[in-house]
Amino acid sequence: MSAGTLEISGLTTSYGPVTALDTVDITAERGQVTAVLGANGAGKSTLLRTISGLVRPAAGQVLLDGTDLTHAPAEAIARAGIAHVPEGRGVITELTVEENLRLGAMLGASRRRTERGLAQVYEMFPPLAQRRRHDAHVLSGGERQMLVIGRALLSGPDVLLLDEPSLGLAPRIVAQIFGLLRDLVDSDGVTVLLVEQNARSALSIADVGVVLNLGRVVARDAAAALAADDGLRHAYLGF
Amino acid sequence: MQQFLNVTLTGLGQGAVYAAFALALVLIWRSTRVVNFAQGAMAMFTTYLALTVIEGGQSYWVGLVVALVAGLVLGAVIERLVIRPVEGGPELNAVIVTLGLFVALQALAAILFGSTFRSFPAPFDLRGFTVGGVNIAFTPNSIYIIVAVVVVMLALVALFRFTDLGLKMRAAAFSQEVSRLLGVPVGRMLTLGWALAAGVGSLSGLLIAGGSLVFPAYMDAVIVYGFVAAVLGGLDSPAGAVVGGLTIGLLLSYVSGYLGSELVALAALAILVAVLLVRPQGLFARTAARRV
Ligand SMILES: Nc1ncnc2c1ncn2[C@@H]1O[C@H](COP(=O)(O)OP(=O)(O)O)[C@@H](O)[C@H]1O
Ligand SMILES: [Mg+2]
Repeated sequence: MSAGTLEISGLTTSYGPVTALDTVDITAERGQVTAVLGANGAGKSTLLRTISGLVRPAAGQVLLDGTDLTHAPAEAIARAGIAHVPEGRGVITELTVEENLRLGAMLGASRRRTERGLAQVYEMFPPLAQRRRHDAHVLSGGERQMLVIGRALLSGPDVLLLDEPSLGLAPRIVAQIFGLLRDLVDSDGVTVLLVEQNARSALSIADVGVVLNLGRVVARDAAAALAADDGLRHAYLGF
Repeated sequence: MQQFLNVTLTGLGQGAVYAAFALALVLIWRSTRVVNFAQGAMAMFTTYLALTVIEGGQSYWVGLVVALVAGLVLGAVIERLVIRPVEGGPELNAVIVTLGLFVALQALAAILFGSTFRSFPAPFDLRGFTVGGVNIAFTPNSIYIIVAVVVVMLALVALFRFTDLGLKMRAAAFSQEVSRLLGVPVGRMLTLGWALAAGVGSLSGLLIAGGSLVFPAYMDAVIVYGFVAAVLGGLDSPAGAVVGGLTIGLLLSYVSGYLGSELVALAALAILVAVLLVRPQGLFARTAARRV
Protein backbone atom coordinates (compact mmCIF):
# COMPACT_ATOMS: atom_id res chain seq x y z
CA MET A 1 0.00 0.00 0.00
CA SER A 2 1.57 3.31 -1.02
CA ALA A 3 1.49 6.34 1.34
CA GLY A 4 -1.67 8.38 0.92
CA THR A 5 -4.31 5.68 0.52
CA LEU A 6 -7.58 6.87 2.00
CA GLU A 7 -10.07 4.11 2.75
CA ILE A 8 -13.57 5.05 3.76
CA SER A 9 -15.91 2.23 4.70
CA GLY A 10 -19.51 2.15 5.85
CA LEU A 11 -19.35 5.84 6.72
CA THR A 12 -22.66 7.11 8.08
CA THR A 13 -23.27 10.63 9.40
CA SER A 14 -26.49 12.15 10.71
CA TYR A 15 -27.59 15.62 11.70
CA GLY A 16 -30.33 14.79 14.18
CA PRO A 17 -32.97 12.90 12.21
CA VAL A 18 -31.36 13.68 8.83
CA THR A 19 -29.00 11.00 7.57
CA ALA A 20 -26.66 12.99 5.36
CA LEU A 21 -24.26 10.13 4.62
CA ASP A 22 -25.42 6.55 4.41
CA THR A 23 -22.89 3.65 4.55
CA VAL A 24 -20.52 5.19 2.05
CA ASP A 25 -17.46 3.23 0.81
CA ILE A 26 -14.77 5.06 -1.15
CA THR A 27 -11.09 4.31 -1.63
CA ALA A 28 -8.90 7.11 -2.94
CA GLU A 29 -5.44 6.24 -4.23
CA ARG A 30 -2.20 8.17 -4.32
CA GLY A 31 -1.52 9.89 -7.63
CA GLN A 32 -5.19 9.91 -8.55
CA VAL A 33 -7.95 12.48 -8.52
CA THR A 34 -11.17 10.94 -7.24
CA ALA A 35 -14.16 13.13 -8.09
CA VAL A 36 -17.16 13.04 -5.74
CA LEU A 37 -20.17 14.31 -7.65
CA GLY A 38 -23.82 14.89 -6.94
CA ALA A 39 -26.52 17.50 -6.66
CA ASN A 40 -26.83 20.09 -3.91
CA GLY A 41 -27.63 18.31 -0.64
CA ALA A 42 -26.25 14.95 -1.79
CA GLY A 43 -23.89 14.81 1.19
CA LYS A 44 -20.62 15.77 -0.48
CA SER A 45 -19.56 18.38 2.06
CA THR A 46 -20.64 16.10 4.89
CA LEU A 47 -18.36 13.40 3.50
CA LEU A 48 -15.33 15.71 3.59
CA ARG A 49 -16.26 17.17 6.97
CA THR A 50 -16.56 13.69 8.44
CA ILE A 51 -13.20 12.63 7.03
CA SER A 52 -11.45 15.69 8.46
CA GLY A 53 -13.05 15.31 11.88
CA LEU A 54 -15.29 18.40 11.86
CA VAL A 55 -18.36 16.21 12.30
CA ARG A 56 -18.55 12.80 13.97
CA PRO A 57 -19.81 9.76 12.10
CA ALA A 58 -22.50 7.52 13.56
CA ALA A 59 -20.83 4.49 12.02
CA GLY A 60 -18.03 3.46 9.69
CA GLN A 61 -14.30 4.02 9.43
CA VAL A 62 -11.76 6.38 7.93
CA LEU A 63 -8.31 4.87 7.42
CA LEU A 64 -5.21 6.64 6.16
CA ASP A 65 -2.64 4.07 5.12
CA GLY A 66 -4.26 1.68 7.54
CA THR A 67 -4.27 4.09 10.50
CA ASP A 68 -7.72 4.59 11.98
CA LEU A 69 -8.54 8.32 12.09
CA THR A 70 -12.29 7.91 12.56
CA HIS A 71 -12.48 9.41 16.02
CA ALA A 72 -9.37 11.60 16.02
CA PRO A 73 -9.84 15.35 16.57
CA ALA A 74 -9.64 17.59 13.50
CA GLU A 75 -6.26 19.03 14.54
CA ALA A 76 -4.77 15.55 14.74
CA ILE A 77 -6.23 14.52 11.40
CA ALA A 78 -4.67 17.60 9.80
CA ARG A 79 -1.33 16.68 11.36
CA ALA A 80 -1.69 13.13 10.07
CA GLY A 81 -1.51 14.53 6.53
CA ILE A 82 -5.08 15.22 5.43
CA ALA A 83 -5.60 18.79 4.23
CA HIS A 84 -9.23 19.88 3.87
CA VAL A 85 -10.01 23.01 1.86
CA PRO A 86 -13.56 23.72 3.03
CA GLU A 87 -16.51 24.92 1.00
CA GLY A 88 -16.53 28.70 0.86
CA ARG A 89 -12.74 28.46 0.81
CA GLY A 90 -11.71 29.18 4.41
CA VAL A 91 -9.51 32.20 3.84
CA ILE A 92 -8.91 33.95 7.17
CA THR A 93 -9.60 37.43 5.87
CA GLU A 94 -8.28 39.24 8.96
CA LEU A 95 -4.80 37.83 8.39
CA THR A 96 -2.45 38.80 5.60
CA VAL A 97 -1.94 36.59 2.56
CA GLU A 98 1.45 35.51 3.85
CA GLU A 99 0.15 34.82 7.37
CA ASN A 100 -2.51 32.56 5.88
CA LEU A 101 0.17 30.68 3.99
CA ARG A 102 2.47 30.44 7.02
CA LEU A 103 -0.33 28.86 9.00
CA GLY A 104 -0.42 26.10 6.44
CA ALA A 105 3.32 25.65 6.67
CA MET A 106 3.35 25.35 10.46
CA LEU A 107 2.50 21.69 10.64
CA GLY A 108 5.90 20.70 11.89
CA ALA A 109 7.88 22.13 8.99
CA SER A 110 11.30 23.61 9.64
CA ARG A 111 11.92 27.31 8.94
CA ARG A 112 14.01 26.54 5.91
CA ARG A 113 11.40 24.30 4.39
CA THR A 114 8.76 26.94 5.08
CA GLU A 115 10.67 29.63 3.22
CA ARG A 116 11.26 27.31 0.28
CA GLY A 117 7.61 26.27 0.25
CA LEU A 118 6.45 29.88 0.34
CA ALA A 119 8.70 30.71 -2.59
CA GLN A 120 7.23 27.80 -4.54
CA VAL A 121 3.66 28.86 -3.85
CA TYR A 122 4.43 32.44 -4.91
CA GLU A 123 6.00 31.12 -8.08
CA MET A 124 2.95 28.96 -8.77
CA PHE A 125 0.52 31.80 -8.01
CA PRO A 126 2.13 35.17 -8.88
CA PRO A 127 -0.93 37.25 -7.82
CA LEU A 128 -0.38 36.05 -4.25
CA ALA A 129 3.23 37.22 -4.28
CA GLN A 130 2.15 40.73 -5.23
CA ARG A 131 -0.26 40.90 -2.30
CA ARG A 132 1.62 38.96 0.32
CA ARG A 133 1.53 41.81 2.85
CA HIS A 134 -2.13 42.71 2.29
CA ASP A 135 -5.02 41.49 4.40
CA ALA A 136 -6.49 38.51 2.56
CA HIS A 137 -9.89 40.18 2.23
CA VAL A 138 -8.54 42.18 -0.72
CA LEU A 139 -8.20 39.00 -2.81
CA SER A 140 -10.60 38.12 -5.65
CA GLY A 141 -12.44 34.80 -5.70
CA GLY A 142 -9.84 33.15 -7.92
CA GLU A 143 -6.99 34.47 -5.81
CA ARG A 144 -8.65 33.18 -2.66
CA GLN A 145 -8.84 29.75 -4.26
CA MET A 146 -5.14 29.98 -5.09
CA LEU A 147 -4.46 31.00 -1.49
CA VAL A 148 -6.26 28.07 0.11
CA ILE A 149 -4.81 25.54 -2.29
CA GLY A 150 -1.34 26.98 -1.76
CA ARG A 151 -1.89 26.94 2.00
CA ALA A 152 -3.03 23.33 1.92
CA LEU A 153 -0.01 22.35 -0.18
CA LEU A 154 2.39 24.04 2.25
CA SER A 155 1.37 21.57 4.92
CA GLY A 156 2.84 18.85 2.72
CA PRO A 157 -0.32 16.73 2.72
CA ASP A 158 -0.67 13.13 1.61
CA VAL A 159 -4.36 13.67 0.96
CA LEU A 160 -6.05 16.81 -0.33
CA LEU A 161 -9.80 17.23 0.20
CA LEU A 162 -11.25 20.00 -1.98
CA ASP A 163 -14.85 21.14 -1.52
CA GLU A 164 -16.24 22.81 -4.67
CA PRO A 165 -13.12 24.75 -5.62
CA SER A 166 -14.84 25.93 -8.83
CA LEU A 167 -17.71 27.62 -7.00
CA GLY A 168 -18.19 31.20 -8.17
CA LEU A 169 -15.12 31.23 -10.39
CA ALA A 170 -14.97 32.17 -14.09
CA PRO A 171 -14.53 29.12 -16.37
CA ARG A 172 -11.08 30.29 -17.43
CA ILE A 173 -9.91 30.41 -13.80
CA VAL A 174 -11.47 27.01 -13.10
CA ALA A 175 -9.59 25.50 -16.04
CA GLN A 176 -6.36 27.06 -14.81
CA ILE A 177 -6.77 25.82 -11.23
CA PHE A 178 -7.84 22.33 -12.29
CA GLY A 179 -4.88 22.18 -14.67
CA LEU A 180 -2.52 23.06 -11.84
CA LEU A 181 -4.16 20.47 -9.64
CA ARG A 182 -3.66 17.76 -12.25
CA ASP A 183 0.03 18.70 -12.63
CA LEU A 184 0.45 18.55 -8.88
CA VAL A 185 -1.04 15.10 -8.60
CA ASP A 186 1.10 13.83 -11.47
CA SER A 187 4.34 15.29 -10.13
CA ASP A 188 3.96 15.02 -6.32
CA GLY A 189 1.76 11.98 -6.15
CA VAL A 190 -0.76 13.34 -3.67
CA THR A 191 -4.19 11.79 -3.24
CA VAL A 192 -7.03 14.13 -4.19
CA LEU A 193 -10.68 13.84 -3.28
CA LEU A 194 -12.40 16.49 -5.40
CA VAL A 195 -15.98 17.37 -4.50
CA GLU A 196 -17.82 19.20 -7.26
CA GLN A 197 -21.26 20.09 -8.54
CA ASN A 198 -19.53 21.15 -11.72
CA ALA A 199 -19.30 17.51 -12.85
CA ARG A 200 -18.11 18.13 -16.37
CA SER A 201 -15.00 20.08 -15.30
CA ALA A 202 -14.26 17.70 -12.45
CA LEU A 203 -14.47 14.61 -14.62
CA SER A 204 -12.16 16.22 -17.17
CA ILE A 205 -9.25 16.02 -14.70
CA ALA A 206 -10.36 13.11 -12.51
CA ASP A 207 -9.21 9.51 -12.80
CA VAL A 208 -12.23 7.99 -11.13
CA GLY A 209 -15.59 9.33 -10.08
CA VAL A 210 -18.15 8.53 -7.40
CA VAL A 211 -21.72 9.80 -7.61
CA LEU A 212 -23.64 10.52 -4.41
CA ASN A 213 -27.39 10.91 -4.18
CA LEU A 214 -29.17 11.54 -0.85
CA GLY A 215 -26.12 10.35 1.02
CA ARG A 216 -25.67 7.07 -0.87
CA VAL A 217 -23.19 6.06 -3.54
CA VAL A 218 -25.24 5.46 -6.69
CA ALA A 219 -22.42 5.03 -9.19
CA ARG A 220 -18.66 4.64 -9.34
CA ASP A 221 -16.46 4.19 -12.37
CA ALA A 222 -13.53 5.55 -14.34
CA ALA A 223 -14.03 9.26 -14.96
CA ALA A 224 -14.25 8.83 -18.73
CA ALA A 225 -16.89 6.11 -18.39
CA LEU A 226 -19.03 8.26 -16.09
CA ALA A 227 -18.79 11.19 -18.48
CA ALA A 228 -19.89 8.94 -21.33
CA ASP A 229 -22.93 7.50 -19.50
CA ASP A 230 -25.83 9.58 -20.83
CA GLY A 231 -28.45 8.19 -18.46
CA LEU A 232 -26.31 8.85 -15.38
CA ARG A 233 -25.34 12.29 -16.59
CA HIS A 234 -28.95 13.32 -17.06
CA ALA A 235 -30.15 11.76 -13.82
CA TYR A 236 -27.46 12.99 -11.40
CA LEU A 237 -24.85 15.18 -13.01
CA GLY A 238 -26.88 17.80 -14.83
CA PHE A 239 -24.98 17.99 -18.09
CA MET B 1 -1.10 76.04 32.19
CA GLN B 2 0.28 74.50 35.37
CA GLN B 3 -3.13 72.99 36.05
CA PHE B 4 -3.45 71.71 32.49
CA LEU B 5 -0.06 69.99 32.59
CA ASN B 6 -0.91 68.47 35.92
CA VAL B 7 -4.26 67.13 34.78
CA THR B 8 -2.89 65.83 31.48
CA LEU B 9 -0.03 63.91 33.08
CA THR B 10 -2.33 62.43 35.68
CA GLY B 11 -4.72 61.42 32.91
CA LEU B 12 -1.96 59.68 30.97
CA GLY B 13 -0.95 57.65 34.00
CA GLN B 14 -4.53 56.61 34.66
CA GLY B 15 -5.10 56.05 30.95
CA ALA B 16 -2.18 53.63 30.76
CA VAL B 17 -3.83 51.46 33.40
CA TYR B 18 -7.24 51.65 31.72
CA ALA B 19 -5.53 50.74 28.46
CA ALA B 20 -4.06 47.60 30.02
CA PHE B 21 -7.40 46.68 31.51
CA ALA B 22 -9.25 47.34 28.23
CA LEU B 23 -6.66 45.24 26.43
CA ALA B 24 -7.40 42.36 28.76
CA LEU B 25 -11.10 42.64 27.91
CA VAL B 26 -10.39 42.85 24.17
CA LEU B 27 -8.07 39.83 24.14
CA ILE B 28 -10.85 37.72 25.62
CA TRP B 29 -13.66 39.23 23.60
CA ARG B 30 -12.03 38.69 20.26
CA SER B 31 -11.04 35.09 20.88
CA THR B 32 -14.09 33.82 22.77
CA ARG B 33 -16.78 36.52 22.27
CA VAL B 34 -17.19 36.84 26.01
CA VAL B 35 -17.15 40.16 27.87
CA ASN B 36 -15.31 39.13 30.99
CA PHE B 37 -17.13 40.96 33.77
CA ALA B 38 -14.99 39.05 36.26
CA GLN B 39 -11.78 40.66 34.95
CA GLY B 40 -11.71 43.29 37.70
CA ALA B 41 -12.45 40.80 40.45
CA MET B 42 -9.73 38.47 39.13
CA ALA B 43 -7.24 41.36 39.20
CA MET B 44 -8.39 42.31 42.70
CA PHE B 45 -7.82 38.76 43.86
CA THR B 46 -4.32 38.48 42.45
CA THR B 47 -3.45 41.89 43.91
CA TYR B 48 -4.46 40.58 47.34
CA LEU B 49 -2.21 37.59 46.80
CA ALA B 50 0.65 39.99 46.03
CA LEU B 51 -0.18 42.02 49.13
CA THR B 52 -0.12 38.90 51.27
CA VAL B 53 3.32 38.02 49.93
CA ILE B 54 4.60 41.57 50.44
CA GLU B 55 3.24 41.83 53.96
CA GLY B 56 4.89 38.49 54.63
CA GLY B 57 8.22 40.25 54.12
CA GLN B 58 8.93 39.83 50.42
CA SER B 59 9.76 42.75 48.14
CA TYR B 60 7.27 44.53 45.89
CA TRP B 61 8.86 42.83 42.89
CA VAL B 62 8.26 39.36 44.27
CA GLY B 63 4.66 40.46 44.81
CA LEU B 64 4.47 41.62 41.20
CA VAL B 65 5.67 38.28 39.89
CA VAL B 66 3.25 36.42 42.16
CA ALA B 67 0.33 38.56 40.91
CA LEU B 68 1.23 38.07 37.25
CA VAL B 69 1.75 34.32 37.53
CA ALA B 70 -1.41 33.95 39.60
CA GLY B 71 -3.25 35.94 36.93
CA LEU B 72 -2.02 33.66 34.15
CA VAL B 73 -3.01 30.55 36.08
CA LEU B 74 -6.37 31.94 37.17
CA GLY B 75 -7.21 32.93 33.57
CA ALA B 76 -6.33 29.49 32.24
CA VAL B 77 -8.22 27.67 34.97
CA ILE B 78 -11.33 29.81 34.56
CA GLU B 79 -11.36 29.31 30.78
CA ARG B 80 -11.04 25.54 31.16
CA LEU B 81 -13.42 24.97 34.06
CA VAL B 82 -15.99 27.71 33.78
CA ILE B 83 -16.08 29.17 30.28
CA ARG B 84 -15.45 26.07 28.15
CA PRO B 85 -18.61 24.29 29.36
CA VAL B 86 -20.86 27.18 28.33
CA GLU B 87 -19.11 27.81 25.03
CA GLY B 88 -21.33 27.37 22.00
CA GLY B 89 -24.43 27.84 24.13
CA PRO B 90 -26.56 30.99 24.27
CA GLU B 91 -24.41 34.10 24.66
CA LEU B 92 -26.23 35.07 27.82
CA ASN B 93 -24.84 31.98 29.59
CA ALA B 94 -21.28 33.24 29.39
CA VAL B 95 -22.37 36.68 30.62
CA ILE B 96 -24.13 35.14 33.61
CA VAL B 97 -21.13 32.95 34.35
CA THR B 98 -18.67 35.86 34.37
CA LEU B 99 -21.03 37.95 36.51
CA GLY B 100 -21.32 35.02 38.89
CA LEU B 101 -17.55 34.74 39.05
CA PHE B 102 -17.30 38.44 39.77
CA VAL B 103 -19.60 38.10 42.78
CA ALA B 104 -18.00 34.86 43.96
CA LEU B 105 -14.44 36.22 43.80
CA GLN B 106 -15.39 39.35 45.75
CA ALA B 107 -17.08 37.29 48.42
CA LEU B 108 -14.14 34.91 48.60
CA ALA B 109 -11.71 37.83 48.89
CA ALA B 110 -13.74 39.32 51.74
CA ILE B 111 -13.59 35.98 53.55
CA LEU B 112 -9.89 35.35 52.93
CA PHE B 113 -8.46 38.86 53.14
CA GLY B 114 -11.13 40.80 55.05
CA SER B 115 -13.17 43.69 53.72
CA THR B 116 -11.29 46.49 55.44
CA PHE B 117 -9.18 48.99 53.52
CA ARG B 118 -5.54 47.97 53.37
CA SER B 119 -2.76 50.06 51.94
CA PHE B 120 -0.71 48.68 49.09
CA PRO B 121 2.92 49.79 48.72
CA ALA B 122 4.26 51.61 45.69
CA PRO B 123 7.71 50.68 44.40
CA PHE B 124 8.69 54.27 43.61
CA ASP B 125 8.35 57.71 45.10
CA LEU B 126 4.82 59.08 45.32
CA ARG B 127 5.88 62.72 45.66
CA GLY B 128 5.36 64.72 42.49
CA PHE B 129 8.19 66.12 40.39
CA THR B 130 9.04 69.74 40.71
CA VAL B 131 8.75 71.77 37.52
CA GLY B 132 9.92 75.38 37.64
CA GLY B 133 9.85 75.35 41.41
CA VAL B 134 6.29 74.00 41.59
CA ASN B 135 5.18 70.54 42.59
CA ILE B 136 3.06 68.62 40.05
CA ALA B 137 0.95 65.50 40.42
CA PHE B 138 3.19 63.44 38.15
CA THR B 139 5.39 61.13 40.22
CA PRO B 140 8.22 58.69 39.69
CA ASN B 141 5.64 56.00 40.35
CA SER B 142 3.52 57.36 37.45
CA ILE B 143 6.52 56.86 35.18
CA TYR B 144 6.87 53.31 36.44
CA ILE B 145 3.19 52.64 35.67
CA ILE B 146 3.48 53.95 32.13
CA VAL B 147 6.72 52.07 31.46
CA ALA B 148 5.27 48.82 32.84
CA VAL B 149 2.21 49.09 30.60
CA VAL B 150 4.28 49.99 27.54
CA VAL B 151 6.65 47.06 28.11
CA VAL B 152 3.76 44.60 28.40
CA MET B 153 2.09 46.01 25.29
CA LEU B 154 5.28 45.76 23.26
CA ALA B 155 5.75 42.18 24.44
CA LEU B 156 2.22 41.34 23.32
CA VAL B 157 2.71 43.03 19.96
CA ALA B 158 5.92 41.05 19.48
CA LEU B 159 4.15 37.82 20.41
CA PHE B 160 1.19 38.36 18.09
CA ARG B 161 3.05 39.87 15.14
CA PHE B 162 6.34 38.02 15.05
CA THR B 163 5.92 34.52 16.44
CA ASP B 164 4.28 31.36 15.17
CA LEU B 165 2.47 30.98 18.46
CA GLY B 166 1.01 34.47 18.16
CA LEU B 167 -0.13 33.76 14.61
CA LYS B 168 -1.84 30.56 15.73
CA MET B 169 -3.55 32.42 18.57
CA ARG B 170 -4.86 35.06 16.17
CA ALA B 171 -6.00 32.43 13.68
CA ALA B 172 -7.85 30.53 16.42
CA ALA B 173 -9.53 33.77 17.48
CA PHE B 174 -10.67 34.64 13.96
CA SER B 175 -11.73 31.24 12.66
CA GLN B 176 -11.84 28.18 14.86
CA GLU B 177 -12.87 25.76 12.15
CA VAL B 178 -10.25 26.77 9.58
CA SER B 179 -7.61 26.79 12.30
CA ARG B 180 -8.43 23.25 13.35
CA LEU B 181 -8.21 22.13 9.72
CA LEU B 182 -4.71 23.62 9.67
CA GLY B 183 -3.71 21.62 12.72
CA VAL B 184 -3.87 24.49 15.22
CA PRO B 185 -4.85 23.21 18.70
CA VAL B 186 -7.63 25.75 19.06
CA GLY B 187 -8.64 24.82 22.61
CA ARG B 188 -5.12 25.33 23.89
CA MET B 189 -4.85 28.67 22.07
CA LEU B 190 -8.06 29.94 23.69
CA THR B 191 -6.85 28.88 27.14
CA LEU B 192 -3.58 30.68 26.51
CA GLY B 193 -5.49 33.77 25.35
CA TRP B 194 -7.46 33.86 28.60
CA ALA B 195 -4.27 33.34 30.60
CA LEU B 196 -2.50 36.23 28.89
CA ALA B 197 -5.52 38.49 29.23
CA ALA B 198 -5.85 37.72 32.92
CA GLY B 199 -2.11 38.36 33.35
CA VAL B 200 -2.48 41.80 31.77
CA GLY B 201 -5.58 42.42 33.90
CA SER B 202 -3.60 41.49 37.02
CA LEU B 203 -0.92 43.97 36.08
CA SER B 204 -3.47 46.77 35.81
CA GLY B 205 -4.96 45.80 39.18
CA LEU B 206 -1.55 45.90 40.80
CA LEU B 207 -0.58 49.22 39.22
CA ILE B 208 -3.80 50.88 40.36
CA ALA B 209 -3.33 49.56 43.88
CA GLY B 210 0.23 50.88 44.21
CA GLY B 211 0.38 53.69 46.77
CA SER B 212 -3.31 53.43 47.39
CA LEU B 213 -5.90 51.36 49.25
CA VAL B 214 -7.26 47.94 48.35
CA PHE B 215 -10.57 46.41 49.39
CA PRO B 216 -12.64 43.72 47.66
CA ALA B 217 -14.50 46.23 45.45
CA TYR B 218 -11.60 48.56 44.63
CA MET B 219 -11.55 47.50 40.94
CA ASP B 220 -15.25 48.11 40.32
CA ALA B 221 -14.81 51.59 38.85
CA VAL B 222 -11.93 50.38 36.70
CA ILE B 223 -14.13 47.70 35.12
CA VAL B 224 -16.48 50.43 33.97
CA TYR B 225 -13.74 52.72 32.65
CA GLY B 226 -11.89 49.84 31.02
CA PHE B 227 -15.08 48.64 29.37
CA VAL B 228 -15.84 52.14 28.04
CA ALA B 229 -12.27 52.31 26.72
CA ALA B 230 -12.63 48.92 25.03
CA VAL B 231 -15.93 49.90 23.40
CA LEU B 232 -14.42 53.19 22.29
CA GLY B 233 -11.61 51.25 20.63
CA GLY B 234 -13.99 48.81 18.96
CA LEU B 235 -13.82 45.80 21.33
CA ASP B 236 -12.04 43.80 18.64
CA SER B 237 -8.91 45.88 18.29
CA PRO B 238 -5.97 45.70 20.71
CA ALA B 239 -4.62 49.00 19.31
CA GLY B 240 -8.07 50.48 19.79
CA ALA B 241 -8.09 49.37 23.43
CA VAL B 242 -4.82 51.19 24.05
CA VAL B 243 -5.92 54.39 22.36
CA GLY B 244 -9.33 54.10 24.01
CA GLY B 245 -7.75 53.64 27.44
CA LEU B 246 -5.51 56.70 27.07
CA THR B 247 -8.43 58.75 25.74
CA ILE B 248 -10.69 57.80 28.64
CA GLY B 249 -7.89 58.44 31.14
CA LEU B 250 -7.34 61.94 29.74
CA LEU B 251 -11.03 62.82 29.39
CA LEU B 252 -11.88 61.69 32.90
CA SER B 253 -8.88 63.54 34.29
CA TYR B 254 -10.01 66.76 32.61
CA VAL B 255 -13.52 66.26 33.95
CA SER B 256 -12.17 65.65 37.42
CA GLY B 257 -9.71 68.52 37.25
CA TYR B 258 -11.96 71.19 35.75
CA LEU B 259 -15.53 70.15 36.53
CA GLY B 260 -15.29 68.19 39.76
CA SER B 261 -14.34 64.65 40.68
CA GLU B 262 -17.92 63.72 41.58
CA LEU B 263 -18.80 63.93 37.88
CA VAL B 264 -16.26 61.31 36.70
CA ALA B 265 -18.58 58.29 36.79
CA LEU B 266 -21.31 60.24 35.03
CA ALA B 267 -18.85 61.42 32.38
CA ALA B 268 -17.77 57.83 31.74
CA LEU B 269 -21.38 56.86 31.18
CA ALA B 270 -21.91 59.86 28.88
CA ILE B 271 -18.88 58.85 26.82
CA LEU B 272 -20.18 55.29 26.55
CA VAL B 273 -23.60 56.46 25.37
CA ALA B 274 -22.04 58.91 22.92
CA VAL B 275 -19.81 56.21 21.41
CA LEU B 276 -22.69 53.78 21.06
CA LEU B 277 -24.84 56.43 19.39
CA VAL B 278 -22.28 58.00 17.08
CA ARG B 279 -19.90 55.18 16.29
CA PRO B 280 -21.08 51.87 17.73
CA GLN B 281 -18.38 49.95 15.89
CA GLY B 282 -15.74 51.93 17.80
CA LEU B 283 -12.83 53.96 16.50
CA PHE B 284 -10.79 51.03 15.28
CA ALA B 285 -13.28 48.48 13.98
CA ARG B 286 -12.08 46.55 10.98
CA THR B 287 -15.39 46.75 9.18
CA ALA B 288 -15.13 50.51 9.33
CA ALA B 289 -11.59 50.41 8.02
CA ARG B 290 -12.78 48.27 5.16
CA ARG B 291 -15.56 50.60 4.15
CA VAL B 292 -13.33 53.64 3.75
N1 LIG C 1 -25.16 21.45 9.95
C1 LIG C 1 -26.21 20.78 9.44
N2 LIG C 1 -27.31 20.57 10.20
C2 LIG C 1 -28.37 19.88 9.71
N3 LIG C 1 -28.42 19.38 8.48
C3 LIG C 1 -27.37 19.57 7.66
C4 LIG C 1 -26.21 20.27 8.10
N4 LIG C 1 -25.32 20.31 7.09
C5 LIG C 1 -25.90 19.64 6.08
N5 LIG C 1 -27.12 19.21 6.41
C6 LIG C 1 -28.02 18.40 5.56
O1 LIG C 1 -27.31 17.25 5.16
C7 LIG C 1 -27.56 16.97 3.81
C8 LIG C 1 -26.26 16.94 3.04
O2 LIG C 1 -25.70 18.24 3.04
P1 LIG C 1 -24.26 18.55 2.41
O3 LIG C 1 -23.31 17.56 2.90
O4 LIG C 1 -23.96 19.98 2.68
O5 LIG C 1 -24.51 18.32 0.86
P2 LIG C 1 -23.70 18.86 -0.41
O6 LIG C 1 -22.38 19.33 0.03
O7 LIG C 1 -23.64 17.69 -1.32
O8 LIG C 1 -24.52 19.96 -1.00
C9 LIG C 1 -28.55 18.01 3.32
O9 LIG C 1 -29.84 17.46 3.43
C10 LIG C 1 -28.37 19.14 4.29
O10 LIG C 1 -29.56 19.86 4.43
MG1 LIG D 1 -21.53 21.16 -0.16
